[in-house]
Amino acid sequence: MQKLQTGKRPLSFYVLSAFFGLFVLFLYGPMSAIYILSFQGPSGGLTFPMRGWSLHWFDALFSQQRTGDFAGAFTRSMILAAMVLLLTVAVSVVAGLAFRRRFVGAAFVFYLAVASLIMPGLLVGLGVGLTFQTLGIQTRWFASALGAQLTWTLPFGMLIMFAVFSRFNRAYEEAARDLGATNWQIFLWVVLPILFPGMIAVALFGFTLSYDEFPRTLLTSGATNTLPMEIWGMTTNVTSPALYALGTVTTLVSFIAITLALGSIAIIQWRRSRRPPGITTHSTKEQE
Amino acid sequence: MKVSPTLTSYLQVGPLLLVLLLFFGIPLLVAYSFFQFDGLDSVPAFDFVNYIDVLTSRVTLSLYLKTLYYAVVVWAITLLIGFTVAYFLAFHVKSLIWQMALLLLCTVPFWTSNIIRMISWIPFLGRNGIFNNALIAAGITDQPLEFLLFSDFAVIIAYVHLFTLFMIVPIFNSMARIDKSLIEAAHDGGASAWSIIWDIVIPLSRTGIALGSIFVITLVMGDFFVVKVMSGSQSASIAMAMSNQIAMVQYPPAAASAVILLIVVSLMVAAILRVVDVRKEIAG
Repeated sequence: MQKLQTGKRPLSFYVLSAFFGLFVLFLYGPMSAIYILSFQGPSGGLTFPMRGWSLHWFDALFSQQRTGDFAGAFTRSMILAAMVLLLTVAVSVVAGLAFRRRFVGAAFVFYLAVASLIMPGLLVGLGVGLTFQTLGIQTRWFASALGAQLTWTLPFGMLIMFAVFSRFNRAYEEAARDLGATNWQIFLWVVLPILFPGMIAVALFGFTLSYDEFPRTLLTSGATNTLPMEIWGMTTNVTSPALYALGTVTTLVSFIAITLALGSIAIIQWRRSRRPPGITTHSTKEQE
Repeated sequence: MKVSPTLTSYLQVGPLLLVLLLFFGIPLLVAYSFFQFDGLDSVPAFDFVNYIDVLTSRVTLSLYLKTLYYAVVVWAITLLIGFTVAYFLAFHVKSLIWQMALLLLCTVPFWTSNIIRMISWIPFLGRNGIFNNALIAAGITDQPLEFLLFSDFAVIIAYVHLFTLFMIVPIFNSMARIDKSLIEAAHDGGASAWSIIWDIVIPLSRTGIALGSIFVITLVMGDFFVVKVMSGSQSASIAMAMSNQIAMVQYPPAAASAVILLIVVSLMVAAILRVVDVRKEIAG
């Protein structure tokens, strides 16, 4: 490997780099076009050229009735995403702990989770919707839609916790137990801090997957819309840059969530790597 | 009071199991597929009429052929792109930090709205879109190309845009575990770059390829909104036809098509799992 590393990079490196660059352009190019187009002037249309620059279409989003109940849908989506985030983190961490021991039925739970991960979203929504209808319960965004979304975020959370636990060094727990810590103390002061970056990753998946979820929510949110359904309605009704303005706003929320999550993971990892090797006692932590 | 370890495991996995079982939805889907539909209401019954209707309708076959066509084309393209990108990241990017940074660059769009990413192709591919204008400006064509938007081409490009990530991550994950000294040994033994890829990299990343294929195929088979918007309602998929039935509250026929789709998708997943055993990869 040394020989390969020190020498000149092979031609294939440059070809593949170019391919990768084109792929990233393909990934981000169209998205950036709609962000730019959302700042169209009032007489601007759905495509280039730009007819002036303005915040007109953002204004239209918040003020006009024809775009529907944007503020309500946004609020519901945020609350729902927060609920999904909390439940996904809590349930995935606890389930991850369970899978560290062998138990009868572990394979069943695992396959059930994988099955509900790859089950087409519209079918999940239809199934949950029909279940609620049969039981005579109204479908609501905070009940049926919450459940339908969890069938998709929990398997993701579970798989991430598997990856986190596969690198988990149990020596820390044993050391704590030898020093006389109770199970609860071990969990709270040893296991949880080690898992924390992984939990942020699970939270990111929980929040963004719920906030943008469409096929599972469509048939389960009941009488009121969530934001993706509002956007869906606009793709068929609205032929103005207001649609792009909504796209820009909703993507901004996703980007804030991504930045917060990845940023805090990076900070935690950086602080941990700064700690001198071998000395991880309580006193060094206090000095930092 | 001391709780046994096994009981602790069951208590810990309980919430997950409860949510998955409560909201799995399949039992009612199956039940409704046997109900009778009198044009207005769903009447509880045990009747195969919905299945017979779906299976004998000529539309069903063409819908399945169309959806399978999308699935196969999108699978091939995403596999090619996903494998190449993962190969570049795993074998050509040496520093771990750069690997993670570039992988994240590919992952970020996954955490944003699919619908928004899909409609972002509209200003690109339209009659007066960016792509057509560029072609005309470059003198390649003097008429805007009509086939770009609201066509199979648009549907496939949107699928590839949305789903390639689902290939990249699992394939990269498998490739990252390949012992680099194997590649070096093959190289020293005089193997060509192609034979290293064909005889070492592909066999050792097959679990990632299988997982990515399962994701992409199930996503395309279950899609209804990409095909609706990007084909301008000129094309259809199985799930889109189903969503039209649901919109007209024809639940029993929709449930029957849902059950059939579920069986077809499960068979496809089972076929992939038969070729490649992925259990070790995810559980391991």
